[in-house]
Amino acid sequence: MLSCTDPQSLEGLSWLACYLTTGKHMAFYTSFGTVLILIAVTAPVSLAFGFFGAMAARGPVPVRWLGQGYIAIVRGVPDIVFFLFFVIALDQAFEYARHKVLCPDWDQPVRQGNDFIVCAAAKLPLGTAPQWLHEVYGFALAVITFAIVFGAFAANVLYGAMRAVPRAQMETAEAYGMSPRQTFWRILVPQMWVYALPGLSNLWMVLIKATPLLFLLGIEDIVYWARDLGGTKTPQFTEYPHGDWRMWYFLALLVFYLALTRVSEIVLGRLMQRLTLGQATSGGEAQRKVAA
Amino acid sequence: MKLILSTAAALALMTGAAFAASHAQTVRMGTEGAYPPYNFIDDSGEVAGFERELGDELCARAELTCEWVTNDWDSIIPNLVSGNYDTIIAGMSITDEREEVIDFTQNYYPPTASAYVAASDSVDVMSGVVAAQTATIQAGHVAESGATLVEYATPEETVAAVRNGEADAVFADYDYLKPIVDASGGELTFVGDEVPLGGGIGLGLRESDTELKDKFDAAITSMKEDGTLNTMLKKWFGEETQTY
Repeated sequence: MLSCTDPQSLEGLSWLACYLTTGKHMAFYTSFGTVLILIAVTAPVSLAFGFFGAMAARGPVPVRWLGQGYIAIVRGVPDIVFFLFFVIALDQAFEYARHKVLCPDWDQPVRQGNDFIVCAAAKLPLGTAPQWLHEVYGFALAVITFAIVFGAFAANVLYGAMRAVPRAQMETAEAYGMSPRQTFWRILVPQMWVYALPGLSNLWMVLIKATPLLFLLGIEDIVYWARDLGGTKTPQFTEYPHGDWRMWYFLALLVFYLALTRVSEIVLGRLMQRLTLGQATSGGEAQRKVAA
Repeated sequence: MKLILSTAAALALMTGAAFAASHAQTVRMGTEGAYPPYNFIDDSGEVAGFERELGDELCARAELTCEWVTNDWDSIIPNLVSGNYDTIIAGMSITDEREEVIDFTQNYYPPTASAYVAASDSVDVMSGVVAAQTATIQAGHVAESGATLVEYATPEETVAAVRNGEADAVFADYDYLKPIVDASGGELTFVGDEVPLGGGIGLGLRESDTELKDKFDAAITSMKEDGTLNTMLKKWFGEETQTY
C-alpha cells in the first residue's frame, strides 16, 4: 500500500498517485457531482418556468403582459448582472419577508448605510446553521437564478413552438367539440415538443457551459478548483510543489465538457427521433415512408 | 398520518435545538483562499495560512465560535454587507475608499510594502505594462503611476501574466511575491523600490457590527501585547518581517 506521508521522497507515478488523492483533489472530484446535480435540477425547473411563461404569454391580456414582460426583461438583461446582483437581492428579499413576519417588534431600520440588517431569527440560513446548510441554501439560490434566466429563453422557444403547431390540428379538435383546455393539453402540448426541441437542445448546451458562473454565487465548482489546483504551488505552502499546471487542469475540464455535450447530442438525437414519430412534419413523413 | 406526525415532531425538535444554540452565535469568517501566505487552501482542502491561524486564535480569545468560508475577491465586500458572512479576513488593506463602505478593526499586520516583480532587471515599472489584481490598492497605485495597468481576477493570474509576457511586471504585496520569486529559480526578480501602501491589514466588518468589532479589537490588542502576534508574523513571513 502506498504511503503518502512524505511526498518529497516519492517519484513518478507514486508521487502522482498521492498528489491526485489529496483532500483538495477529492473536493475537486466532488465538484463534478455538484455541477451535474445543478444541471439535472435546473433543466426541469427552467423548463417549468418556460412552460408557464409561454402559457402566460398566450393568455388573456393582463396575464399576457406578465408573460411577455418576463421574457423580454430577462432575455435582455446580461447574465452576469443576474448572477452578481440578482442573487443578493433575492436573498435579501427572502430575509426581509421573514424579518417582517418573525420580528414585528424590531425598531431599527433594515438598511443602515450600506448594511442590510435583519433580526437574527430572520437570517437565512440561521447564523447558527452548520456550513452544509449554507451551502445547500446557496445551491438553491443558484438553481432559482439559473431557472429564471433559462426559463425566459425556454419560454420564448415554447411560445414559438406552440404557434408552430398547424392551425388545422386545433380547428379539428374544436370541431370535435373539445374545450379550449382540452385542445391545449391533448392536441397542442403533445405536438409542440417536436418544434421546441431544437431550441431547447441549444439551451441545454448553453446551460452546461454556463455552470462556471456558479463561483460568482460562492459555490465551489470545477472551474474554481481547477484554477486553484493548477495555480503555481510554492514549497512553503504545500507538500506537492509544482509550476503553473492550469493548462492540464483546464484540458481535463475541456474533455469533461466535450464528453458531456457529446452524450447530450446523442440523447437529444434519439429524443428527436422519438418525438418526430407520427408527426405532421417532414421528419415524421420521412419516418412513415421508411416504415411503409 | 404517522409520517406527518413524526415529521412535525422532528421539525419541532429542530427548531427547539436551533433556539437553544442561538446563544452561541457562529461568526462566519470570509476569506479568498488564494493569497498565500495570508490565506490559501491547503492540500486537504481546508483554509490555511497566517490569517487562518490568527483568526482561530482571535476567535478563541474573544470566545466566539468561528466558521471559515471562501468567496471570490470581486464580490467579497457586497456579500459582507448583505450578511452572508460576518468578517472579511483576506489580506485586505485598510483604505479610505473601503472605510466608506465597511469598518475595519485595528491592523493585525503593519502597513504593507508592495513590490514589483519582473522577468528581467531592465523593466521600467513606471512606463511599462504592469499587472495587478482587480480592486486592490496595488491596482489603484499602478493606475496613478503612469504605467499601463492590466487587471486580473486572481493573484495567480497576475504572476502568470509576467511569466508568459503579457505584462512586463506584476505589482503586489511583497509577502505574496517573496515565496514565488524564491521558488522561481532566478526566472523572476524584484525590480524597483518597495512601495508602502495603505494603513495595514485589518479585519473587515459591517459598519453596524460595533459589538463584534470591539471583541476583535480587544483580542488583537491582547495578541499584540503578549507577543503572540509577532511570533505568528515571523512564522509566516520570515524573521525580517515588520513586527509590532
